[in-house]
Amino acid sequence: MMTLAVNILGLLLIAAIVWWFWLAGRQISAAHFSESLEVMVKDGVYEPDTIEVPAGRPITLHFRREDPSPCAEYVVFPDLDISRQLAVHEATEVSLPALDTGKYPFTCQMKMYRGTLVVE
Amino acid sequence: MPEQKQLFALSGVSCAGCVRKIEGAVESVPGVSEAKVNLAEKTLTVVGNANRERCIQAVENAGYGAAPAKEDPRKQREQQKAEDLRHYRQLLWRCGFALALGIPLMAWGLVTGEMSVHTPAQQLAWGVVGLVTLAVMVFCGGHFYTGGWKAFRHHSANMDTLIALGTGAAWLYSMLVVLFPGMLPEAARHVYFEASAMIIGLINLGQALEVRARGKTSAAVEKLLELQDTSARVLRDGEEVDIPLDQVQPGDRMRVRPGEKVPVDGVVRVGSSLVDESMLTGEPVPVKKSEGDYVSAGTFNKNGTLIFEAEKVGAETRLSQIIEMVRAAQNSRVPIARMADQISAIFVPAVMVIAIVAALVWFNFGPDPKAAHMLVVLISVLIIACPCALGLATPMSVMVGVGKGAEHGVLIRNGKALQQASDLDTLVVDKTGTLTEGAPKLTDIETDLDDNELLGLLAALEAGSEHPLAEAIVDAAKDKELTLAQVEDFEAITAHGVRGRVDGKVVLLGNRKLLQRENIDPGKWPARAEALAAKGRTAMYAAVDGDAVGVIAVADPIRDDARAAVARLQKAGLRVQMLTGDNRATAEAVAKQLNIDEVHADLQPEDKETLVAKLQREGRKVGMAGDGINDAPALARADVGFAIGAGTDVAIETADVTLMRSSLHGAADAIELSRATLRNIKQNLFGAFIYNTLGIPIAAGVLYPFTGALLSPVIAGAAMAFSSVTVVSNANRLRFFRPSQVKGVQS
Repeated sequence: MMTLAVNILGLLLIAAIVWWFWLAGRQISAAHFSESLEVMVKDGVYEPDTIEVPAGRPITLHFRREDPSPCAEYVVFPDLDISRQLAVHEATEVSLPALDTGKYPFTCQMKMYRGTLVVE
Repeated sequence: MPEQKQLFALSGVSCAGCVRKIEGAVESVPGVSEAKVNLAEKTLTVVGNANRERCIQAVENAGYGAAPAKEDPRKQREQQKAEDLRHYRQLLWRCGFALALGIPLMAWGLVTGEMSVHTPAQQLAWGVVGLVTLAVMVFCGGHFYTGGWKAFRHHSANMDTLIALGTGAAWLYSMLVVLFPGMLPEAARHVYFEASAMIIGLINLGQALEVRARGKTSAAVEKLLELQDTSARVLRDGEEVDIPLDQVQPGDRMRVRPGEKVPVDGVVRVGSSLVDESMLTGEPVPVKKSEGDYVSAGTFNKNGTLIFEAEKVGAETRLSQIIEMVRAAQNSRVPIARMADQISAIFVPAVMVIAIVAALVWFNFGPDPKAAHMLVVLISVLIIACPCALGLATPMSVMVGVGKGAEHGVLIRNGKALQQASDLDTLVVDKTGTLTEGAPKLTDIETDLDDNELLGLLAALEAGSEHPLAEAIVDAAKDKELTLAQVEDFEAITAHGVRGRVDGKVVLLGNRKLLQRENIDPGKWPARAEALAAKGRTAMYAAVDGDAVGVIAVADPIRDDARAAVARLQKAGLRVQMLTGDNRATAEAVAKQLNIDEVHADLQPEDKETLVAKLQREGRKVGMAGDGINDAPALARADVGFAIGAGTDVAIETADVTLMRSSLHGAADAIELSRATLRNIKQNLFGAFIYNTLGIPIAAGVLYPFTGALLSPVIAGAAMAFSSVTVVSNANRLRFFRPSQVKGVQS
């Protein structure tokens, strides 16, 4: 009985992991772009991690880094070849050129912090 | 929303009265909690959540000027370093506390073997230890739990998740044993508090070492930032005034004394001096600068005083552009890392699944005590897996490699260029200005007349011409201090040469076709001309009053270091090919002196691009080295374009690799460096893959049938903590990169 219960629990956990991390949507904290929007870099996540941005005009994002660990030191937009070193406990400006519509990921160097710009 | 600090540069502020007026005006702006003026620096610091434009408006309404202050990158860097140091100390403290609990507990377990709960007394004692462990976990490892939880809410998982789950599971199981020992079989009533404390201590230690090692990866950018002076000595109304660098305007005149650095880019107006440009170009020999020459910010004035006029300031200077480019390139994507990126994206959840599967296997098929084995395997797998090593493998090496390139005057545009440069098998080199000086000189003069007499006539004839060969003749005459007569009836005859009247004589200079056209018998001179061409020189016939009187030859001298650079490239396994618009005989003579494999002569500018494309169709990986302006299409077509142009703005913006030094050695340096960097990346990636692919199965217990023991979670924690330090340290080895020297070839 115990054996069966442990096995079922294990399999349910696996199913939950697969569902939560891979199948369920990731857009937990989407936000519309505004000049005063700040992206908080803290505890392993960008908040908001999804930013809706207007297409066709240059914008400036503000990243406020509250995580002093080196993991959070850089924000990298790999598709745009843009990266910026983030100062701790301060907002750092990241200027982006006018973008075409589409999705542009941004991450830390190690790709543990993850976010997406949704240009529309 | 937390409060922000904004900095503004003020203008028109002169007294303490202004300070109060400005502070009062800005403090009335909604959202401002504090406004402070620094009169000495003429800056305004605003704390709060106020809109920037409204603050500026308030200052302007009060009768002054304000603009958002540009942040000094050097100051920023210093703040970053101070923050890193603070973080480093914090991590060491956390590590110390956690190990202070973990080590005695582990020693107790090893010495007495009593880590089980069987009696109420043991229950009480371990209960206290459990609470102390919880305190240590919260104090020393709280960030892992908050990080793991936040990531979880975002459907994301990272290293924090693994550490939180591993140490949390160990603690929960141990507390279960303490509180309800009866629920578990006797053999499984073991506590693992020491594992939680030790893992947290070791991972903090690993992170502290990583912070230290990482500081070194940006050493190159730091060196460049240090080249930038903070103030400049400007001449105002005949007096010297020291002003902060950001107040220097284009057009300002500045004085630089011996032993000082040039503060901004500009043009020398008065004086001459030797200037050391090695920090920007890698060129070790100081360059003489005098009136009209361009000087760059960050270079070092050696022996004379210069007065120069600022042309480019702030972010426009070459030094600032180099720093910006290096920073951008340091974090750009390298194609080789694509697979590692894809794996990193799914790594942590995959490890969680593997850990549960391994635990279930031990539960169903393993020996007793099943629950204890299951837990040890679960924790070890979660803890040993290291996504960081995988994620760090490429960026760390690229940071160090690109920075190292900048130190040697090699600016690499991005990670893709870096990778492609390491794969090249053919390098196509434009002759003029790359292999040769690019400024022809007179080498021979053979005549029936007096040498100087003929040279004087020809120089007078050519004085009005802008052809580079004409310049060589005029320069030679100037060197000999000959007085030049006026030329009359000057005529340039396309594809033949020139004619004119000098001192009443009709003088002709050109190729053999010119003599034929004018019906002049070339006499003995064609044989001499051919002999000179065979030596790589361009020979021309001279005729005076209808008689061929001699030949003169000019040649573009081969650069001193070209032969050594070609030898280095060949040693690196590249085929070097020369491109030139010169005729074949001259080109082959130059190629022979340089020991170049193949020559493409008589080319039009557009042929260069076609040739690069043809080589690519043959399956070659082609690099092209040229001056960055005339060769732009061929540079763009090549797999990697090396712009040799002493860092002209055009080159910096467009080329894959910009060589600040006008030498082919730069291309050899770039290729050697890219190969060293790629090798380093591969070592890191291989190490990270092997570590995880061996570590995870070992933690899952595959060696148990042979060793009879499972991997201790503490050892898994130590391995994980040091795997990422190893990756960063290996990348740091690249800092010791030195370009090769070829023996036996004079450079």
